[in-house]
Amino acid sequence: MAEKLTQKQNFLKGIIKDNPVFVMLLGMCPTLGVTSSAFNGLGMGIATLFVLLMSNMVVSLIKSQIPSKVRIPAFIIIIASFVTIVEMVLEAYIPFLFEQLGIFIPLIVVNCLILGRAEAFASKNNLMSSIIDALGMGIGFTIALTALGAVREILGSGSIFDWRFVLEDANTMLLFILPPGAFIALAYLSVVFNKISKTN
Amino acid sequence: MSKKESTFLNMIISLFAITIIAGGALGFINDVTEGPIAKAKLERKVNALKQVLPEFNNNPVELVKLIKSDKAKDSIEIYTGMMDDKPIGTAVIGSSEKGYSGLVKIMVGFNLDASIKNIVVLEQKETPGLGTKMKGEKFVRQFRGKKPSEFNLKPIKDGGDVDAISGATISTRAFGEATQMAYDVFVETNPSKN
Repeated sequence: MAEKLTQKQNFLKGIIKDNPVFVMLLGMCPTLGVTSSAFNGLGMGIATLFVLLMSNMVVSLIKSQIPSKVRIPAFIIIIASFVTIVEMVLEAYIPFLFEQLGIFIPLIVVNCLILGRAEAFASKNNLMSSIIDALGMGIGFTIALTALGAVREILGSGSIFDWRFVLEDANTMLLFILPPGAFIALAYLSVVFNKISKTN
Repeated sequence: MSKKESTFLNMIISLFAITIIAGGALGFINDVTEGPIAKAKLERKVNALKQVLPEFNNNPVELVKLIKSDKAKDSIEIYTGMMDDKPIGTAVIGSSEKGYSGLVKIMVGFNLDASIKNIVVLEQKETPGLGTKMKGEKFVRQFRGKKPSEFNLKPIKDGGDVDAISGATISTRAFGEATQMAYDVFVETNPSKN
């Protein structure tokens, strides 16, 4: 079925029709965990995008060399290597973001979005389609995380990308930067997203 | 495209090759990033020191003293700031395990007269919007210039002098405890200053 898609559809499916967060509900752990601000969501989205892109590329290139019985361990080693690279690079060059994301960076390894794309797409498609698939999915994931982070930050801290629009002592809806707020915001965003994408 | 058969030998070869390449790549990236990571960590420490100490022109990180204390699991770091080879202040890292979600680690800077110059929060996992206000100017301000020998570091609720963060008495308590620990170590190492 995937072969019938044009590259444009292949790219757009990750953002709209099969959006990993709002439609497929994949990778919920970082989605709920780090999106307490728009900047965190964006940072996490880009880190995941990078790992997804690299792992899709590598898996697609060496898919014929991996015996199918050991494909899962092989994918996991590839993904874990790229995650560790991202972790070291972030710690070295963007220590601020590294501290904010903390434990969620190593946890990208077990983000089922990445393993899911390696298994369901990259191991069956050629390099070009796999790159486009990773870009679409990664950008869809990034947009979703940034949107969720923005909503939670606006309601919970009264700021957007760390720019405050309320007074220092103003009472904001703290619930939204606490874990329960993540579930509530995700559910409403998901409803809105699915409503809009279905009517179009 | 012909897929490799899942024979025992094929599986060993392909996993072996993948792990070797992955290991090599990680080793290379580690070599590249080792320096910048150490630099970033050092920079963070120096920045904290600049905030808690009076102006200094030595390198306090070189003069770090490690003190073993029964109050903390790890040894406690003490930094001395110098201006033209004369000591002008001391920074001590204090910590408390009693935060709302565990460890609270702060750096307390003391003037020569044992009064607090400033406090910077190094690590905390408190509730966003409540306990995290311990980083805020409004809360930290009340500690500046106070001598812990005259200023009880417990919250008012517990009979101390600290005006607690509203809704975060536990975080305030942990902050006070960490400050107290830093002060105790400071006094231990400078017996004449009290």
